[in-house]
Amino acid sequence: MTQRLRLVLLGTGLSTLLGLLLWGLHGVPPFGHYRGPYGQLVDTVGERERHVTNMVSAVNFDYRGFDTIGEEFILFVAGAGCAVVLRRQGDPAERTEPSGPLGATEATRTVALLGMAPLAVFGIYVVAHGHLTPGGGFQGGCITASAVVLVCLAGRCRTMRRIVPETLADLWDSAGAGGYVLVGLGGLAGGAAFLSNVLPLGTTGHLTSGGTMAVISLAIGLEVTGALLLIVTEFLNQLQRTPQEDA
Amino acid sequence: MDFLPYVVSAWLFGVGVVAMVTARNLISLIMALVVTQSSTYVLLLAIGYVTGAAPPIFASVPSSTPAVDPVVQALTLTDIVVEATVTALLLTFAVRAHQRFGTLDPRELRALRD
Amino acid sequence: MIALQVTILLVVAVAGAVAALIRQPKRQIVALNIYGLTLALLFFAFSAPDVALSELAVGGVVLPMIVLLALARVRRHER
Repeated sequence: MTQRLRLVLLGTGLSTLLGLLLWGLHGVPPFGHYRGPYGQLVDTVGERERHVTNMVSAVNFDYRGFDTIGEEFILFVAGAGCAVVLRRQGDPAERTEPSGPLGATEATRTVALLGMAPLAVFGIYVVAHGHLTPGGGFQGGCITASAVVLVCLAGRCRTMRRIVPETLADLWDSAGAGGYVLVGLGGLAGGAAFLSNVLPLGTTGHLTSGGTMAVISLAIGLEVTGALLLIVTEFLNQLQRTPQEDA
Repeated sequence: MDFLPYVVSAWLFGVGVVAMVTARNLISLIMALVVTQSSTYVLLLAIGYVTGAAPPIFASVPSSTPAVDPVVQALTLTDIVVEATVTALLLTFAVRAHQRFGTLDPRELRALRD
Repeated sequence: MIALQVTILLVVAVAGAVAALIRQPKRQIVALNIYGLTLALLFFAFSAPDVALSELAVGGVVLPMIVLLALARVRRHER
């Protein structure tokens, strides 16, 4: 199949698709006139029913918690896939650290040093307060992972590998994924359906409100941090030189 | 002006697909895929928007203030993080393909297979 | 629709086209990063702070990080 034939096919397919898309979007309610009842229902009864103030987290971790388990496992499998595809052969003791490309300038090192600790604390704050203010496990996990990667950006990749070795990132990843399933099974043990909110709901606005939502947020934060650090560590391992490549 | 978000979403989708098909570099292709995926976020959020409404966080406002739809926001935010990890997986395949075949050009990769 | 949303939508459309159509990966990463920031502004203008936070954390930090690592790996093997 030549490039020209491919482009012709793309042109016909894309123009048909875009025509259909724009015709279909013409029938969607105009921007700003949301008609669906589900969203407005969640907004109205959510705070009273679940004692939390962040409706998005309530939908994510409670009302549609089962969909979030699926999303979390997509993340988990993607991280595991990266680890499997990038596996190395040979003796790990013979590898040397790369020189040059990961060296840091003074400016980068200063910003990274100043930003490491506040970012880590901020990430944990976002994870813990996911059901009260904008945030949750997914966002907080990304922020905490980037706080750890800042250590590598400051030029100390070996230190980062010592703080969070591959096995620790692996452990966090699996603990987060397994923890979510355990919370679901806890719902079964509590006499209700899988993933029901069986812990006491507490008072609205407090850190311990929401029942299982806070626990699920912590599990997801742990899992996202572990998966992202695992991916970064695997890629960094690829940058090491092995003796057979140097020869 | 009411149809502008939908047009922008379709435009991003089209631009992303064209960039993907005419890419010369696998990594450039993967980044065009990211743009294509982001068109769905714009569409989802545009569907759930209510004119003049507040975000669905009731930490400092009473629960009866009109708010936008939280369900599409929940879908979109998990999708964004999952997209990042799937992009990482695709990049590992690109890295392995380069290691095996020595090139990142999708057209040449096709020829080497035959 | 208020003027802020119209402006940010147009900026997002332009930034997305630029980010997709640049061919060199090293320059495309920067364009993709800027596109992520404009998307975060758009989500903020659509009253979606959770989604804006997620897009900032991912599109601003995680995505450029993994693409740069992949590029460094490919470049080292080409040497």
